[in-house]
Formats: sequence, C-alpha cells, structure tokens
Amino acid sequence: MGKKRVGGKGDSTEQKIKRDFVERSIWEEKGISRRDFMKFCSAMSAALALPVTFAPRIAEALDQVKRPTLVWLEFQDCAGNTEALLRASSPTVTELVLDVLSIDYHETIMAAAGHQAEAALAKVLKEQKGKYIVVVEGSIPLKDNGVYCCIGGRSALDIAREVCGNAFATIAVGSCASFGGLPAAAPNPTGAVGVKEAVPNARVINLPGCPLNPDNLTATVVHYLTFNKLPTTDSLGRPLFAYGKRIHDACERRPHFDAGQYVESWGDHGHKKGFCLYKMGCKGPETFHNCPTQRYNEKTSWPVAAGHGCAGCSEPQFWDTMTPFYKRLPNVPGFGIESTADKIGAGIAVATAAAFAAHGVVSALRKGDDQSGKKED
Amino acid sequence: MTTMVIKYVWEVPVRVAHWVNFLAIVILSVTGYYIGAPKTLGVDPSRFVMGWVRFIHFVAAYAFTVSVLSRIYWAFVGNSYSSWRAYVPWLTSEGRYRMLETFRYYTFMSRKVPHVTGHNALAGATYSLVYCLFLVQVATGFALYAEHAPASVMHKLTGWLFLLFSNQGMRLTHHLLMWLFVAFAIHHVYSAWLMDVKERGGVMSGIFGGYKSVPEKE
Repeated sequence: MGKKRVGGKGDSTEQKIKRDFVERSIWEEKGISRRDFMKFCSAMSAALALPVTFAPRIAEALDQVKRPTLVWLEFQDCAGNTEALLRASSPTVTELVLDVLSIDYHETIMAAAGHQAEAALAKVLKEQKGKYIVVVEGSIPLKDNGVYCCIGGRSALDIAREVCGNAFATIAVGSCASFGGLPAAAPNPTGAVGVKEAVPNARVINLPGCPLNPDNLTATVVHYLTFNKLPTTDSLGRPLFAYGKRIHDACERRPHFDAGQYVESWGDHGHKKGFCLYKMGCKGPETFHNCPTQRYNEKTSWPVAAGHGCAGCSEPQFWDTMTPFYKRLPNVPGFGIESTADKIGAGIAVATAAAFAAHGVVSALRKGDDQSGKKED
Repeated sequence: MTTMVIKYVWEVPVRVAHWVNFLAIVILSVTGYYIGAPKTLGVDPSRFVMGWVRFIHFVAAYAFTVSVLSRIYWAFVGNSYSSWRAYVPWLTSEGRYRMLETFRYYTFMSRKVPHVTGHNALAGATYSLVYCLFLVQVATGFALYAEHAPASVMHKLTGWLFLLFSNQGMRLTHHLLMWLFVAFAIHHVYSAWLMDVKERGGVMSGIFGGYKSVPEKE
C-alpha cells in the first residue's frame, strides 16, 4: 500500500506542493494519474451537488488510507447491482475507491467460500463493531420465518439484523434492498421487504434503481470518506444529491412535452425525431432519480435517451404502482384488458344520455302530471 | 289550478358558484382529457401547447377549488334553500319520504309532481354525492400537481393520499371521475329541463336570475 499521507491545515506551502506534485499517492501506484484523480474528485463534487471548491477536500480525504471495512450482503437479488458495479469498462477510479475500502465479504466476488467466508464475516462483526459499512443487495423475506432466503443455514432476516444492526451504516443498493423491489411485487409470495423495514433500528441509506447507478454508490461512499457522515436524504431515505430531482424536470425530451410533440407509436415520425415519450407510458413525471444527468455505464446513456420511457424503477413498489409501463393509465379493474378508462367513461356518458333521452320521450308523452297528482281538466 | 308567486330563492353566491363550477368543469374536462391523452399539436419545438393547456388546467383547478369551498361555506351561512340541511334529506323521516316520493315520480310510478321551492330531496342527496366526488377530484388533482415537489406545502397537505391510492390508481381515479361528471352533467341538465316543464317553477331561469315560481300556499 502507498505511503501514509498526512495532510492538514497546518502544512506549509512547500509541504503542500510536495504533497500535490511530488509524492506518488496510492492512486498513482494503481496507475491513476494525478490529473485523472483530480478530475474524478471534481466529478464527485458535482455528483454530490457540492461547489467545485470541495474537490480538494475530497482529494485529501481519498488520499488518506483509511480502509474502512465494507461488507456486501446479497439476499433475494439477481446480482444486477453487483454487475452494474463490476461492469466498468476499465479499472476506474470508481473501482479503486471501493479498493480503498476493504471489501471483506462479498458473496459474488470473494475468493473464500463456505466456512471460511462465514468466518470472514464473523471477524468483521467482532473486530469492527459499529465502524464498518454494509451494502445490502436484494430484499429480505419475512414470511414463514424467512425460510425463503437462507445463507449458511441462517435466514436473511437473521443475518441482516446482526450485520446491519451492528454497522456504522447500511447502504441498500437497488430497488429490492431499498423497498422490496421485484420479489415484493404483488402477491409478494415470500413477504419480501427492504432493509429498513426488516431492520428498523439500522441506519439505512437507500439507493434504489434497477439497477442502481454505481456513480451514486461511489458518491455516497466518497461523501462518507470526506465528511465522515452520510448524505442528506428525502422522506424515502434516498440521498437528495441523486434523488432530489424529478426525471421529467431534467429530461432532455422535456421541451417536446411542453411544446406538445409526442411519440404516438413505436417507430413513428415522432419517435425518429426524438419527441416526448409521455404517451408511451413514460413514468418520468412520477420518478425521482438523476438518470438524465448522471446516466448509466460511464455516462453513456439512459432509457429515455435510448428511446424507451422511464419505468419508475427508483420509486417504491414500482412493479405494482408504475404498471402498465407502456400506457399512461392502467386498465379499469373488472373490465376486459382492452377496455381503457376513456372507453368506459364515454360508455357511461352515452348510456346516461340515452337513458335520459328515453325518459324525456316518455315524460313528453305523459299528460296530466301536476302538484296534486290529479289529471287536469 | 294553483296560483304561483315569485320568490327569491338562489342568492348571488349560489349562482356564482354554480356558473364558476360549470365553466371550470368544462375547461378542466377538455384540458384534462388532453393532458391524459395528448395529440401532437405542436408543429415545432418552440410551441408551448402542453405548457398552456396545463397552465389553463391549473388556473381552472384553483378557481374550481375556491368555488366548491365557498359553496360549502355558504351552505352554513346562506338562506334555507342553500343550507346544508337540503343536502342530507335522508337524516329525517320527512326527507326520506320526500326522496321516495320524488323517486316514484321519476320512475313513472306516481303522477304527483313533487314541487319544492329549493332542491327536491333526491336532487339534494345527489348533490351531496357530487360534492364529495368534487372534493376527491380536487384532492387527487392537487396530489398529482404536487408530485413534482416533495418538499412543498402542497405535497405535505396532499401526499398522504398516496397511502390510499397507488401512483397509477390516483391518475385513474382522477380520470374516471371526469367521466362521471360528464354523465352527471347530462342528468343534471335533463332533470332541470324536465322539472322546468312539469313543475312550471322556472327552475331553468332561476339559476340565472335567482327567482322561482312557487305555489301561493308556500
């Protein structure tokens, strides 16, 4: 590992220059140039919605080799968030930030297996109590004493209570760990819930998304390393820097929404021209996430840029509350699947008009209605 | 034949609320339908079609809300014809009898025209239901309107509704209620027309001028 870098406010200019320009940091040893490192720090201050003047402070924090321990638990998941994190195209600063963390337990990527792996987790719990960070991926089943997800003979709930309950903080990555996600979709056969609901006394920060954007995980970790506390969250426990803005309000197709230009069917003129996907069921107006600005896969793209509406994946129970994904309104319960609200509504209006028209004809032909109920002479 | 006298029945606030509601419901239904199922009307991206439609919808929504709340207030301070008592006829045995009587007349089971000075009992009960639906429509509308700003006062006032409705269920409810109001409007105009003919009380002109003809004995 790199040299212990001590930097502080009391440093002389000479020491600062030496630190910034002469000494090789742990980053340089890992093949990251100082320039790239500073670019990353600026990008992180932007992602965290901090003034750019915070970049040096972030750099200082990341330069120090603290190696807080990180434990990554997987429950009812598809490893999609792990995948999102590992799919970085080349060894990046993002990966290395997590290298700086000591990932002592991660079921998908760790070398240890079986009892050795469980021993590693037990060691963290014993030696780092109250100091380590847990990342949880996947939902936790509560039904039937949690038998639907067991690791090493223990239920997910049991493990989460112990590991999350004794951590400095828990970062729930993805919609499953945050709100139950797909396993919790109706009828929720396993009684799946998110971490906060399963372990109410744990300090949980939610990073929902399907998958989460790894940039937001990196930024959350950087925030913790820089300020030694977790970022401010909204009422759903999501950090405001990433989930404080509505997709619709930051969307690159928004001008077409306001102008009145819509994609009316897939592949039509409007779709080719990049019009608004509102009519195709886009849930951007109901969803809070930084997809339009942060984008996925090294800021390459995101669903709406690629021509597909937002599915609202970062909102609670999106599988139930955002469907149908390709329509603005759900179908009316109890009617045929092709009956839209408008067809039924128009039917009600026409039926009413017909009923009253018939009543009117009868009333017009009826003579002799009066106050006393007797026929007039 | 009964002698009729002219009586001042619908006070100014009642008539104003009625016509503001009428205008607002027409505007809200048309703009709301466009917001729910828009067509590409903007010929180029510099237009502001949806922007204006939504602006008109929101302004009309505020006018409608104020009108509905004012009318509810007037039900407690206005004259006896606009009083809340006229809208809950099922609370008294006489009211229940009058509801049945009106129902029998409407369904051709009786020839006795249930002449009343204000609302007939069945109409009063219907308006209670309609006003409840108005309040649901206002609440769901503002909840959807406030969805973009979770920290806003409006969202704090209406956000709890998302415990009752799912995100999509809220939109569906707001949309279907519009159609119920269309159906109600058809019923409302027809019934007023029918009673204008049969009752000869001038119920149609009454909502413009406030005066109705009533039998002398009242």
